[in-house]
Parts: sequence; structure tokens; C-alpha cells
Amino acid sequence: MSRSGLKSLFLAASVGLMLSFVLMPFAWQLVTALKPTGQLAQLPPLLPSPPTLSHFLAVLAAPGFLRAFLNSALVAVASVLLGFSLGIPASYALAKLEIRGRSFVLVGLLFLSMFPAISNVGPLYLVFIRLGIRDNLLAVILAHAVFTLPFTVWTLTSFFQEIPDDLYRAARVDGCSHLGILRHVVLPLGAPGLLSVGLLVFIFSWNEFLYAFTLTASPRARTLPVAIALFPGLHEIPWGEIAAAAVLATLPSVLLVLLFQRRIVSGLTAGAVKG
Amino acid sequence: MNSRRRAVLERYALVGPAVSFAATLALVPVLATVWLSLRQEMPIFGISRFVGLENYRQLLADQRFWNSLGNTAYFVGVSVALELALGLGLALLLNQRFRGRGAARALALVPWAVPGVVAARFWEWIFNADFGVLNYLLGIHVNWLGDPFWALHAAIAADVWKTTPFVFLLILAGLQVIPEDLYRAARMDGATGWKLFRYVTLPLLRPVILLALLFRTMDAARIFDLIFVLTGGGPANESETLVVYAYKLLYRTLQFGYGSAVAVATFLFVFALSLAYLHQLRRAWEQRAREAA
Repeated sequence: MSRSGLKSLFLAASVGLMLSFVLMPFAWQLVTALKPTGQLAQLPPLLPSPPTLSHFLAVLAAPGFLRAFLNSALVAVASVLLGFSLGIPASYALAKLEIRGRSFVLVGLLFLSMFPAISNVGPLYLVFIRLGIRDNLLAVILAHAVFTLPFTVWTLTSFFQEIPDDLYRAARVDGCSHLGILRHVVLPLGAPGLLSVGLLVFIFSWNEFLYAFTLTASPRARTLPVAIALFPGLHEIPWGEIAAAAVLATLPSVLLVLLFQRRIVSGLTAGAVKG
Repeated sequence: MNSRRRAVLERYALVGPAVSFAATLALVPVLATVWLSLRQEMPIFGISRFVGLENYRQLLADQRFWNSLGNTAYFVGVSVALELALGLGLALLLNQRFRGRGAARALALVPWAVPGVVAARFWEWIFNADFGVLNYLLGIHVNWLGDPFWALHAAIAADVWKTTPFVFLLILAGLQVIPEDLYRAARMDGATGWKLFRYVTLPLLRPVILLALLFRTMDAARIFDLIFVLTGGGPANESETLVVYAYKLLYRTLQFGYGSAVAVATFLFVFALSLAYLHQLRRAWEQRAREAA
């Protein structure tokens, strides 16, 4: 075999090996979810025979699961919107206007992003009880929005800086207000950056556990990760249903990554790599 | 009001809401945690009093605290090192030209998108002592999650699976901005294979590697969901990390004072590690700026 043939064979083998390691746990969970209950505690067979959708149907029929799924979607979308409504004006000002204390704000936000969630969740928990919004989706939304805000502002500032100054100055000369500039210049031109940040905040919120877990108490406010962590199993553990629920819980974030891979990567690396 | 004043006010009106939101819901609660850590707060017993540094004295004598700190440090060290090695290899691999490269890159990112709780469920099933596929394939019978030695290593394996993709994509982004000219010039000078990597690629990747290390170290040091669901910190606290211990103190035993002291210690640990990296990172940027000049 030629040298380049050998090289491409080696390349194909490494890529194949890498992808099987990456996908194996996911595939194994899917296989488990498709196994009839009787085969869950048996190996072999490795593959279900015959495959069954009964675990998926059971999970979808369980009231807690759908509720948690909808809660997660609501919390994630609301966190993105709240983060945008606070973060877009701030990032615009930090990117394009002379603000005294600009670096103080940016460094302060960076500093906040170093806090582990555990270091502010205690007082939040106590205050939310006082305000009567513990065990309420609002509590989770507020926590997620504040936890992602430093990332949102840093990344959007870096994206907005790339909008040419001329455009913004021209709008200014034409008598546009800041809100007008946001609407007519920053939002349209910053749309790719907003998409990247929105996707990342959505995924973060969809996956987040500690805040969602401590700030909720009952199934009515539980998000999906909390529901999956607390999956019921008093006498025997329902492995098949856990597997089905786990597979379903990955779908939104995994689909977003597969569909918008480039936008997500540019969001994660904005500023970071360009330096 | 004159127009200049007005313009200044307008600017602060744009930044103000974000800053006050972050201050109210992040900074103030963190300061409150520090305050709580100086108190004995056990609402269910109606105990609420200032005790000064008493909690921290208790902390220094608390074997379980040192154990969770040691576990956290071990978890950070081993998993971040493995993630860096694997992520670098993966980035070099997927930076090659081949058909289906885009799809391979997208698929490689999938574990990163899986919620930590769900990743824990995936691996819990793989590591299951009785019907886990790992024991079956290896033909052995090890109680991975119930064994004092293996439990923390099982969590490390799951974390490496979940976050190597993140390291991979940061390094890949770093690889893509290295100008092709540099390789051409080095090849003219007779450098090949390993030497190209050692003397061209690696030095230029230094800032991005440090950045990946910084992000991963911070996140690994505050690990919670993966360990909480996978092992619950057990057996016998052998896989308990700082945040898991703080969580148990705060919400299982409702010791808000002492739990807050552990939370503050966690923050200080994360912060000290981050500062060390930021220092290195700044030196790397400065060096690169000098070389570019």
C-alpha cells in the first residue's frame, strides 16, 4: 500500500475510534431504553430483541416528565430573553461609547463569573423564601439569568466591537437615539453574535442543575435535570425509563449543537481566542 | 439639564440595569454568604448568632472538609490533564483535511451539550456493577461506583468524556489562526513532523491552552451535578468534593453558617487557581505581543 493510502487509513481509523468513544455512552443509553424490561438485567444480548418503545411511552405519559420538559424550555427561553434585555444595551455601551469605569464593569463581571454557584445560592434561597418565590420558575430564571450575564456581556461586547464605528457614527449624526441605533444598527449587524450567545445561554440553562435543584421543591417547578436526578424508584430502579428520559433530555441541546455547530463555536471562542 | 449631562446619563442608563441586576443577585448574595459564614445559622433550631471566625476554626479541624478539598484537587488535576491531552490530540486529528470533517467536528462536540445530570445517568448505567456493559466487556466484576478507590475515578472518566470536546474546540480554534506561512518557513529550514509541532504549533498554542486550562480548572473545581448524581459523594465520602459537601451542609442539615464557610472556602480555592492561570495567561499574551512587534 502506498504511503498516502496508509496515512489515510490511519486517519480514518483514528477518527472512527474517536467517534465511537464520543458516541458510545449515548448509544448504549439508547439501546437500554429500547430493551424490553426483562432484558435490562441481562447481558447478553447486547442489542434489544425485539426493541420496544414502551419505556419512551411510559416516560412521555408520566405527568412529571412532560411538565419538567416544558419547565426547562420555559426557563431556558426566559433566561435568554432576560439576559438579552439587560445584556444588549450594556454591551453596546461598553463596546461603542465612552463609559467611565468601563474596565471596572468588565473586570467586575469577570470576577463574578469565577464564583461557584454554591457561593451565592444560600442567600438566594433564603431571600426567595422570604419573597415567596421559592419553588417558582421565576426563582430559577433569575438565578440562571444572573449566572450567565457575565458571559453574555463579555461575548456580546466582543461581537459588537466588530461593528464598524462609521456606521454607528453616521447614525449618530443623523440624529438617531441610542435605542434607535440599537434597533437599526446593532441588532441587525450583531445578529450572528446574538444567535451564538442565545444558543449558549439556552444550552447552559437547559443543562443547569444546582440552582434549579435547590430553588425548587415540588414537581410543578422542577426542570428536567432535577426531575432526572430525582427519578422515582422506591422499590426497584426503573432503568429503562431512566434511560429513555435521559435520551429525551439531551435532544434539544444536542440538536442545537449539531445544527448550529459553527455559531456555537464562535460564541465560545469569541474574544477568548482572538485575544 | 445640559445636553452633555444628558448624554452621560443616557450611557449609564444603558449599563445600569445589567450592573445592578448582577450586583443584586450575584455580588450581594456572595457577600451575604461571607457574612453568614461568620454566624451560626440553623433556622430549624431557631439558632441565629454571630460567632466570628468560629466556623473557620471548625473548618480547619474538619477531617471531612480536608477530604473533600483533597478530592476536589485530585479531580481537577487528573481530569484537566487528561482533557488537555485528549483535546489536543483530537484537535490535531480533526484539523487534518478529510471528507466528512465538518460532521466529525459536530459529532465530537455532542458530549459537551449533554446535561451533567444526564451524563451521570449514562455513566452510572455503564459502570453498574451487576448489569453494566463495562464489566461485561472486560469480563470482570468490579463495583466501580461502590468502591472507595474507583468511585472518584469513575467520575473523572465521565467528566473527561463530557468536557474533552470543549478543550478540543478551543484548541482547534487556536490551530486555525496559526498562519500557514510559519509552517512553510519552518519546513524550508528543514523542520518536519514532531519538530514542527514542538517548535511552531505548541508555542503558538500556549495562550489558548492556558485559556482552556483556566476555564476547565474553574469548572472542575466547582463540580457538582456529575458527582452528586453518579456517586452522591460516596462511598463513605470517598468521592465527595467541596461543592457536594457544602450542598449537604446547607440543604440537608440546614447549617447555613457552617455550610457558607465551606462555600467561601470553595470560592477561595477556585479564585486562587484562577489567579495563578490569569498571571500565566497575561505573560503569554505579552510574550506573543512582543514577538509580533
